[in-house]
Amino acid sequence: MYSRTYKAIVSAPPLLWVGFFLLLPYALMFAHSFWAVRDGMLVNEWNLRNYQTLLSNPVYVGVLFRTMRIAASVTLFSLLLGYPLAYYLSFHAGPRKELLYQLVIVPLWVSYLVRGYAWKTILGSDGVLNGFLQYLHISHEPVGYLLYSPFAVVLMLTHIYTPFVFLPIYAALEHIPRPLVEASQDLGASPRATFFRVILPLSMPGLLAGATFAFVLSLGDFLAPLLVGGPSGTMIANIVQSLFGAAYDWPLGASISVCILIITVSLLFMTERLEKRWSFK
Amino acid sequence: MSAANPTRRAPLLAVYAGLVFAFVYLPILVLIAYSFNRDGVGGFPPRHLTFDWYRQLFADAPIWNAVLNSLIVAAGSVGLALTLGLLAALALDRAEFPGKALFRRLVLLPLILPGIITGLSLLMFAVFAGMQLSLLTVFLGHGTALISVATTELFAGLQKMDRKQEEASLDLGATPWRTFWRVTLPNLKLSLIAAGLLIFTLSMDEIAVTFFLIGRDNTLPLEIWGRLRRGITPEINAVSTLIFAVSVGLITVWYRLRTRAERAAA
Repeated sequence: MYSRTYKAIVSAPPLLWVGFFLLLPYALMFAHSFWAVRDGMLVNEWNLRNYQTLLSNPVYVGVLFRTMRIAASVTLFSLLLGYPLAYYLSFHAGPRKELLYQLVIVPLWVSYLVRGYAWKTILGSDGVLNGFLQYLHISHEPVGYLLYSPFAVVLMLTHIYTPFVFLPIYAALEHIPRPLVEASQDLGASPRATFFRVILPLSMPGLLAGATFAFVLSLGDFLAPLLVGGPSGTMIANIVQSLFGAAYDWPLGASISVCILIITVSLLFMTERLEKRWSFK
Repeated sequence: MSAANPTRRAPLLAVYAGLVFAFVYLPILVLIAYSFNRDGVGGFPPRHLTFDWYRQLFADAPIWNAVLNSLIVAAGSVGLALTLGLLAALALDRAEFPGKALFRRLVLLPLILPGIITGLSLLMFAVFAGMQLSLLTVFLGHGTALISVATTELFAGLQKMDRKQEEASLDLGATPWRTFWRVTLPNLKLSLIAAGLLIFTLSMDEIAVTFFLIGRDNTLPLEIWGRLRRGITPEINAVSTLIFAVSVGLITVWYRLRTRAERAAA
């Protein structure tokens, strides 16, 4: 139905643009990770030293593990908050469902910075939470360890990614054919059994999609640590950022970025396969 | 849509859901409340209602300069991302070419990858190409990254479109060009507006990619970011409140349009 010219006209510009402004930049990142810096100058000398430095330096490996721990915590907490919420909306919210759904969607797209800043003002030693605790005479001294800690990073990122995790889970729950659930109940399964044997397995693709999203985006976050993390909340992306800034070692920074990229893409690949296996037709 | 067990209430679950909503909204409400607090961003309870911080904000020239920069970048990004996203959606929907599966994934990468990866890649590209960092590089970054959003939304719109109208137009002798303008585009109107609003909001708020591409002129999020490092006043609460209000407004319109587009197609 569409002529060859039509097809060429619609395909060529986006292909060229994406090739030039997206594929080439990502490829440059790869290339940089095999280059070197000498006397403060970038030299195109192919080598594996950046990756060797990375693996042998305990600081980088340590921060990478901390980052994974933080990302895993964020994922877990987002699931613990997002799944029951999605379940409630899908199965028990009744006529208020549409409104409640919109209420979850809105913060999803609302400024990362605004939400992060809110936590900074709440958790600070002269912040809102400390003021509140002293007002109620629960504490008499400001609690200093709330802000600038890995805890604050996990809290802020959980707040940001809970709606992200909610979304695919809710979509998966909405797609479960209700007769399946009713059949399980009619055949005498307890609500608990119905949930664990029918609903949870069928919502697994959504759960996986949400969990991957939260994990991957937390893994590469550098703003939350800068905003509320302090030195003990430093994450791997902060190291990258400093290597590209003051430390001026782009190749080493690029090699860490490539590692983040590889972890991210392989996780996405794995969950995609798992989702296919879990989804039913 | 009946509940799993319509007669069974789930009071505990309802309370839990309420708590999650509180967790999501309370920080933002606290932020808004303290934008009216004379005594600063902390302490409890907020006392002395004042509009001084808003007055200070409206007189703050660098902030409004940054708003203007953000508006320029966002408007440009909407134009760029919509144009290329529409073409990409048409290509994915109608054309076969080598590497199509790869292209589909590549376009979506900026949406899935952490912002720092895309931001740094584009920074290296800009330096490699000898470009000065400025609002132009920020615009190229936003526009390119947000093609992903435009492509997804418009591809969904195309999938729901009634093909017979286009066939009829072509059969009746209209050129493909005319068919595109008179049939395809009008059918996609709602999807185009919805995608545009979303891209606009995301570009106005973007910080991770912008961080690496910014030159001397700040966008609004980066202006705020810079001030956070110098110590905070409720003026930042005030500007955050306004950003929140505008985003909520735009997102609500976007959501309405999208549901309307979905209903129209159903």
